[in-house]
Amino acid sequence: MLKFPIYLDHNATTPCDPRVVEAMIPYFTNNFGNAASRNHPFGWQAEEAVDYAREQVAKLIGADPKEIIFTSGATEGDNLAIKGVFEMYASKGNHIISCNIEHKAVLDTCKHIEKEGGEVTYLKVKDNGLIDLADLEAAIKPSTILIAIMYANNEIGTVMPMKEISAIAKKKGILVFSDATQAVGKIPVDVNKDGIDLMAFTAHKMYGPKGVGALYVRRKNPRVKVTAQIDGGGHERGMRSGTLNVPGIVGFGKACEICMSEMSEETKRISKLRDKLENALLQIEEAYLNGDKEYRLPHVTNISFKYVEGEGLMMGFNKNIAVSSGSACTSASLEPSYVLKALGLGDDLAHSSLRFGLGRFTTEDQIDYTIEQVTNTVNKLREMSPLWEMYKEGIDMSTIEWAHH
Amino acid sequence: MAYSEKVIDHYQNPKNVGTLDKSKSNVGTGLVGAPECGDVMRLQIEVDEATGTIKDAKFKTFGCGSAIASSSLATEWLKGKTIEDAAKIDNMEIVEELHLPPVKIHCSVLAEDAIKAAVNDYRQKNGLPLMKFEESVVH
Repeated sequence: MLKFPIYLDHNATTPCDPRVVEAMIPYFTNNFGNAASRNHPFGWQAEEAVDYAREQVAKLIGADPKEIIFTSGATEGDNLAIKGVFEMYASKGNHIISCNIEHKAVLDTCKHIEKEGGEVTYLKVKDNGLIDLADLEAAIKPSTILIAIMYANNEIGTVMPMKEISAIAKKKGILVFSDATQAVGKIPVDVNKDGIDLMAFTAHKMYGPKGVGALYVRRKNPRVKVTAQIDGGGHERGMRSGTLNVPGIVGFGKACEICMSEMSEETKRISKLRDKLENALLQIEEAYLNGDKEYRLPHVTNISFKYVEGEGLMMGFNKNIAVSSGSACTSASLEPSYVLKALGLGDDLAHSSLRFGLGRFTTEDQIDYTIEQVTNTVNKLREMSPLWEMYKEGIDMSTIEWAHH
Repeated sequence: MAYSEKVIDHYQNPKNVGTLDKSKSNVGTGLVGAPECGDVMRLQIEVDEATGTIKDAKFKTFGCGSAIASSSLATEWLKGKTIEDAAKIDNMEIVEELHLPPVKIHCSVLAEDAIKAAVNDYRQKNGLPLMKFEESVVH
């Protein structure tokens, strides 16, 4: 029996794994101590739990536990890494290279840097959502201090060539930061093999709790430092003050441990379901895959259904199926997804896109139901779409003078 | 964002979806919006030339649920109205009837624009002077 609603928006957030919740519970009640209380058993217990979680988190990304700075999430990690490096390395230069499909947490932080007198180059991605390494090399200047490129994109799931990016950076002695929010826990990420110096990620995208994340900060070859953005008691080696969220950190650690042990099997299962969904939906006439088919995360697919509008499409089944759209009909700007537009999609195709994000608890029955519902709704809406009618009549829509509003 | 029951009803059971023969002199067609903006509405009216009233109205819309509902509602309201009265339909009446939230007001504006465009298309075909409309609310 199918239980509704079905959740296929795992790039937005994931449910907590029950094993994660179980691990967290004692740290709300009995073991409630402050990890910074050094002089009694309550504090010792909390510190021990945090240390253990730090090891679990570090292990998942091939880091040393001392290189993990706990934060409130990836947005804070992005801010701390970019602003922290910009301030710490001001004497070396003020130029940062990023790209135009980064998450807003990175893009808006970069805009802040520009206001502070920094210079940012935003590399344009190719139509498959990947950056061109030649563009990256060409963008490097003597004043470049940081390359900030996401590990995997949140809307289309494309995975950037981190090893190649860091190899270029190393040659020039430039630090590499990656927002790996979507990648960690889903695909193998190793900060040493990938050559990453700073990396932000968060628990709630990998079946852990919301409100806790980490910034990886390399300690060796080179030793990286960031200027703290939150001042206070000097927690987390002085880089991030504030009492540690012990239950959250414990849950984060457990979530990392589970991802590590189950990743290879889970990836196989989920990517099979994703492929089934994708292949079936691409059978629909005038349906197009967005992003790269090869270099991408195993659990996401982003498809445009031409001549129907994404939000209208979701309304056909969103009581029963939760997905997300690149259409921004609800936003004040009415601008569709900047990520899809960066791939060179016209606004019309960007408005027509849906993102399906599968997860640990997605079943084949759910996928079968989704295929049926989405197909039916696309067909139904096309019957009432003037654009579909024009397409079927062979009218060239680029010749129509649209009343832009 | 939660939709009102009326929007959901129009979305699930849209009234008067379809196409009228635009080559007929008593059919007026209004096509407004743009694919790049995520909304295109086509609204058509068929006028009973003896009485000057609208005897049929059809729509097709590319857009969100509120855009579909606004145009579906508009076709319901148009039937039986004279073309003069049709042109008086105000977008805020649609907003109130469908309980559209502020971010969806542009859908009702589009429906109002589509009605006016259809009326003027009919008038032009029949050698009548075009009606002048005040500029719609900025959207």
